[in-house]
Amino acid sequence: MERSGAHIVWEALKQEGVQVVFGLPGGAIMHTYHPRSDYGIRHVLVRHEQGAAHAADGYARASGRVGVALVTSGPGATNLVTGIATAMMDSVPIVCITGQVATSVLGTDAFQEIDITGITLPITKHNYLVTDVDDLADTIHEGFQIARSPRPGPVLIDLPSDVQRATTQLQPAADRSLRPPYTFASAATRHVPPEAAERIDRAQRPLILAGHGILMAGAEEVLRAFSERTGIPVATTLLGKGAIDAAFPLSVGLMGMHGEAATNHAVQEADLLIAIGMRFSDRVTGTLCTYAPEAYKIHIDVDASELNKVIGVDVPIQGDAKDILAELLASVSPNAHPEWLDRIAQWKRQSHARDIVSRPVNGSLPPPHVVHAICEATQGEAIVVTDVGQNQMWAAQYFHPRGPYPFITPGGLGTMGFGLPAAIGAQIAQPEKEVWAIVGDGGFQMTVQELATVVQERLPLRIALINNGYLGMVRQWQEWFFDKRYEATRLVNPDFVRLAEAYGIRGWKAHTRDESGEAIAAARAHPGPALIEFITAQTGDEANVYPMVPPGAALHEMIRRSEHRSGAQR
Amino acid sequence: MKRTLIALVDDKPGVLNRVTSLFRRRSFNIESLTVGHTTQPGISRMTIVVDSTRTDSEQVAQHLCKLINVVKVEDITEQASVSHDLAMIKVKAQGGTTRSEVMQIVETFRANVVDVAQDTLIVEVTGSEEKLDSLVDVLRPFGILEMVRTGRVAMVRGNKTNEHTGGQDGNV
Repeated sequence: MERSGAHIVWEALKQEGVQVVFGLPGGAIMHTYHPRSDYGIRHVLVRHEQGAAHAADGYARASGRVGVALVTSGPGATNLVTGIATAMMDSVPIVCITGQVATSVLGTDAFQEIDITGITLPITKHNYLVTDVDDLADTIHEGFQIARSPRPGPVLIDLPSDVQRATTQLQPAADRSLRPPYTFASAATRHVPPEAAERIDRAQRPLILAGHGILMAGAEEVLRAFSERTGIPVATTLLGKGAIDAAFPLSVGLMGMHGEAATNHAVQEADLLIAIGMRFSDRVTGTLCTYAPEAYKIHIDVDASELNKVIGVDVPIQGDAKDILAELLASVSPNAHPEWLDRIAQWKRQSHARDIVSRPVNGSLPPPHVVHAICEATQGEAIVVTDVGQNQMWAAQYFHPRGPYPFITPGGLGTMGFGLPAAIGAQIAQPEKEVWAIVGDGGFQMTVQELATVVQERLPLRIALINNGYLGMVRQWQEWFFDKRYEATRLVNPDFVRLAEAYGIRGWKAHTRDESGEAIAAARAHPGPALIEFITAQTGDEANVYPMVPPGAALHEMIRRSEHRSGAQR
Repeated sequence: MKRTLIALVDDKPGVLNRVTSLFRRRSFNIESLTVGHTTQPGISRMTIVVDSTRTDSEQVAQHLCKLINVVKVEDITEQASVSHDLAMIKVKAQGGTTRSEVMQIVETFRANVVDVAQDTLIVEVTGSEEKLDSLVDVLRPFGILEMVRTGRVAMVRGNKTNEHTGGQDGNV
């Protein structure tokens, strides 16, 4: 049977199990759009292509499936770039299909022509320009395999309009197995060496650093079993949130620039670090020369190029987190570290005394309280999607997802504008689950047009907008490190509740803790999409994220919130 | 220390661009890179020389392995191998005495004269980088007008072959 390139696209997507595509049509992709409804694949119309990439990303993170974006050539394709780079940095499997001008005019600066495979070369796992319709089906299937195979990431397929139109009799190849990636002989082992198990048994102050790799490998249970057997506490990276339940007794919380003080102290004093599926990002380590100076370091990652990339480790192990943890579990002895845990508990008690959420109500609305209240109301049984900046750090510090609820945040690229469109993707992936977008007034306005998508798709999304009238994280840095010169960070904002209502979204405003609790309850009871604008302090102690490792400082040299109500303590 | 990597890659458009783009964005410092055909259709071979005091060659290899079009990467520095560079040097050779002096040097270095013109010769030489450097030094006083060098190509001695794309080990 003769089929056109456009039909082949949808057939291949269907075979890959795709249920939904995020996109926006235009001239060079219209042939592909044309037969879509024959294939029963849902299309979500975004208002800007960046939203399509982020929504595909949020969908992938919330479902474990590959997210798909479909856009036209030229500006449609370039608008994806920020979203593709975000997915690349956080190892999220998405496939982006872009229209392209006809092959006969490729390279002539034709209308809406852009070299998108050239542009996205450094931000995709792989990309393709398909010039022959006979290659199309195999290319799409190969692209999906590449996107989801470890370490996952984005793939882009550029599709000239004549290839979409062209027809072929050719059936896609039956055997589509990818050539396995070559393993370079290196210092890294692929199994647990005996000295690693010995070190684990002997350690006095051991700590596990759990990253995104735990979640991607589905290694949560074996991690917990390993921690229980060895008595070793578990800290997580930002993307590793959820790798261990926050209520688990050996969970010590978030590490890094805005991590918990207790966790950062534990890293710095540890005599053994077992890092699994994390990459020693600069936001996790502080200055490298002072990082965990006493620790013997075991690093496990599926991507061998991450081993010894930024810090030299004693035992580099390349492999799947679940497999290697199972090996580790079998090779270590049961153990306990009461003194070490006592020391960590002592640091935790000090943190609690400084915690703004433990302070008495005084009429103001500290932003951490907003997140804390959402966490309490939902009991952690909600998918939280953050934007970037202070809102992201407060969400990470105060929202503790339970069990299978993912915490979705653009960690590596730090993409403002991610929150709303990614939450759309997450809500579509998990229609029955409660989804909260936690965003700031700065980032929200970068992709605010996607409110129309929320309404058009009738999504019951909840949006918590923390409005402090500033690009808050930059303002905080200006206060602490740039002589309090608030250069270009003050925002004159619209009335966000009226804005939401203009889109047909129910809105609430909250100025105090009491109002915030009521608004959260009302938004949760409301069947449709809801937005709450939380008016919080613009400057001063309540407006800042604590603790903070200043840039260039060691991990334990944190700026802490004072124990009393007076201003910041340096 | 200079380390020599051999990479087998798909012979497809844009693959060299993928490799060089990787080196650029990771700030890898590469001494030389050569590309050419192999005996296998569809597979090209790259010889990449890395100065390990400036760039960790293992990082280079590991990142190369992540490129979908890279079939195989090996570091052959520790193995007995033949490493050759090829140079063509256009040198001034006016008048009978000068010309015969140049010819004598060419013979001593087992180089070849591949072009003879009124006032110039093109000398072609293959061998180690050190040998080529010393020939260049010796020819410089005569006046070098132009030079082109290929960069290092390398092959492991004996039965072992690096051209197998199937398995992890290339012994025949």
